[in-house]
Amino acid sequence: MSEPVSEQNEVLLRVSGVVKTFPGVRALDGARLTLRRGEVHALMGENGAGKSTLIKVLTGVHTPDAGTIELDGAMISPSSPRDAESLGVSTVYQEVNLVPTLSVAENLCLGRFPRRFGAIDWRNAHRRAERALFRLGLELSVTRRLDEHSIAIQQMVAIARALDSDAKLLILDEPTSSLDESEVDRLLALMDRLRSEGLAILFVTHFMDQVYRISDRITVFRNGAFVTEAPTAELPRIELIGRMVGKDPEALRVREAEVRARHRTRAESESLARVEGLGKRGRVGPVTFEIGKGETVGLAGLLGSGRTETARLMFGADQAESGSIRIDGDARRPGSPREAMRLGFAMTPDDRKAAGIIPTLSVRDNIVLALQSSKGIWRKLSGAQQRDLADRFIALLNIKVSGREQAVGTLSGGNQQKVLLARWLATEPRLVILDEPTRGIDVGAKGEIESLILDLAEKGVSVVFISAELEEVVRVSQRVVVLRDRRQVGILEGESITEHAIMSMIARDDGVEIDHG
Amino acid sequence: MADRSEGRRGKPVAWHGGPVMQALIWPVAALALLVIFNVLFTPGYLSISVVEGRLSGYLIDIFRDGSSVMLLAVGMTLVIATGGVDLSVGAIMAIAAVLSASMVTPEWNEANLGGWANAMLADRTIAWIGVVIAASLVASVLAGVWNGALVSIFKIQPIIATLVLMVAGRGVAQLVSNGRIFTYDLPALEFLGKGTILGVPFSVIIVALVAFLAIGLTRLTALGLMIEAVGDNDTASRSSGVPVRAIRFMVYMVSGLCAGIAGLIESSNVSSANANQIGLYAELDAIFAVVVGGTALTGGRFFLVGSIVGALLIQTLTNTMYAQEVRPEIALIPKALVIVAVCLLQSPEFRRKAWGVVRPGVRVGGKA
Repeated sequence: MSEPVSEQNEVLLRVSGVVKTFPGVRALDGARLTLRRGEVHALMGENGAGKSTLIKVLTGVHTPDAGTIELDGAMISPSSPRDAESLGVSTVYQEVNLVPTLSVAENLCLGRFPRRFGAIDWRNAHRRAERALFRLGLELSVTRRLDEHSIAIQQMVAIARALDSDAKLLILDEPTSSLDESEVDRLLALMDRLRSEGLAILFVTHFMDQVYRISDRITVFRNGAFVTEAPTAELPRIELIGRMVGKDPEALRVREAEVRARHRTRAESESLARVEGLGKRGRVGPVTFEIGKGETVGLAGLLGSGRTETARLMFGADQAESGSIRIDGDARRPGSPREAMRLGFAMTPDDRKAAGIIPTLSVRDNIVLALQSSKGIWRKLSGAQQRDLADRFIALLNIKVSGREQAVGTLSGGNQQKVLLARWLATEPRLVILDEPTRGIDVGAKGEIESLILDLAEKGVSVVFISAELEEVVRVSQRVVVLRDRRQVGILEGESITEHAIMSMIARDDGVEIDHG
Repeated sequence: MADRSEGRRGKPVAWHGGPVMQALIWPVAALALLVIFNVLFTPGYLSISVVEGRLSGYLIDIFRDGSSVMLLAVGMTLVIATGGVDLSVGAIMAIAAVLSASMVTPEWNEANLGGWANAMLADRTIAWIGVVIAASLVASVLAGVWNGALVSIFKIQPIIATLVLMVAGRGVAQLVSNGRIFTYDLPALEFLGKGTILGVPFSVIIVALVAFLAIGLTRLTALGLMIEAVGDNDTASRSSGVPVRAIRFMVYMVSGLCAGIAGLIESSNVSSANANQIGLYAELDAIFAVVVGGTALTGGRFFLVGSIVGALLIQTLTNTMYAQEVRPEIALIPKALVIVAVCLLQSPEFRRKAWGVVRPGVRVGGKA
């Protein structure tokens, strides 16, 4: 961890009372942020906390409805990313925002080429590019195409470009999510170097370890509102996680006693499958756990911890590079969703819109799709079968539709989720993987989906359940696999499953528990 | 608009029971307007007579002249429904046409296939015509395989992938005929374009068969559902177990086959095959027909009947220009205007702006 920043460091940026509303959503609700020169400031929060919206306000993508932004003693209201850059606010996004097929020098000089007699002065451009990179401690051939370099180098070129324009504040939005460990080290070293030059860095990430390695201060947002600001050294991990998910670790301990009392521990159930060291480089490390018949296994962890990645590997949506799933006495590694379906697996994805629903098709079409796919093109379910299936699930899951022919895209989120569940339940799977089935749906629908999971378990169907809400995971799971920074950090079973236990596992710093209570 | 009454009763209803009707309403309306225009200004427009044992009249001409656009539209509909497009159909028509014309030219056979082919052409003409047709259609399907491979295996954007064959295909056709234009005098082959059965043009019967088969294959099997699913959301389709790659492959093959049949009909109409003329710009008419027929270029729901109506609309327009003796170079302008008008009518956005009203069914959400 770095030196604690002295409070005397001059304040560079002061955001106060920023409100931003979109139709139906209050994305920022009195956001507050104070950045000092020469500090790395981590902005933390779960999904929908408002981090991205705040960045977009700072970079002039969005105009706030209320509130003020003060940079270097002057009120600013950037009108565009370009405007923000000229004011000294530069941003590097998760996805490298450069032109991969142009050379490094071209990328660095794009839009501001040095000119000589009206033509581009290439020698000067190359020299400038080399100088900009040298400042970051990078020496590379600036005439080579950008995409010939690794993602980490591309990321650093993006930073070099951002710094080229007299930046005072550098915003790094999830810069490390596509980097491997040594590349992360390199990037953090670079951040350290820039900090010592007096630059203020706003670091948005969901990697706990990196936050504690590099940042001086942490600001936590939740549901668009400011929650807390504290020096990193004074905010233990468990506290931080508690603030992010909105739970007081102490209060939890009391309540959990009741939950534990109610918690059903299933009698030793027969094993259905065993996930053995399933992993893919850069996505998620080896994950190993057992799934019993009729058992619900929760995957817990913060956003980006590898929950979704694990689910995708299990279902063949991404191809695992190592490990396998032991089922029916064989070691299998599904190469596609079709193969996983043949094993009796089903999965509802976390990204309902992009990977789940077929929006313009009817509820009936959406429900029969997976079953029809497994039967093949030629053995079409008859009209009557399709109608029965659709009507049965509409009634069973209480899907609110005007009729089975309504287009799925016009349904509410909760009902879309139920249609997806119906699609998979229709295939009568042995194992259902539910990735964030309760995200973005109303409380009533959440409860219904939870009780549906319990019903499934009663019927002997195994469930892998992923949710950002630990409370839900604790309620439905007989076993919880805890993930952090794309690695499995532990497994909890039966009575030991509590929100507090999960949180402290996530918070544990390389095997040493910070908070034993 | 039967749905309107349904919507009034009880809960609001989305346009179900009627996506097909909704897709059809505008092209059918435009077609009706055009026919009315013709009835008023072209004497004897509706009359159908029997001349030398075949039906004849303006309306029959539309069907006969429009048969190749209708065929292309059938294949194109499936391709567009997957979110793709097939620009190469005109060139595939040329390949099929030139290959068929070449294979009934003794000189070409002598040079390329050997004497046996000519012996067969002379002695067992009908059987040889069968071989010729089969060979031409196989070549067309192979062209479709090429497109399908580029799109589904190598993930090249459809517009680029099929542009390759659109440009190169005519070169292939030239290569086959060595740059020559063969003409023939073979009633058996000419029957495709000029023949009639019970007075009905044979080409129209082919179109009916192909359309019937396509509708049957897509709606009686799960093919239609899967094509629509792939076009609407291919990620979701893949994760629901839909064989996305195979579906993509298949639609380009079907499109190639349809283009091949269309090429054979076109060339038998004129008893010759000019690699540079057959099917020129036909891909554009086919795309128009599909879009006018209610299938969105972005993929998803498709309407084969709509596409056929669209093809008829385009042909009616063309024929109207002939009937009104509009000079060909000017005829394109009214044609373009009508197409733009139909496309605008189909856009709910335009209708809203134009009339400040939306038909009740369109905007229903039924949100829970």
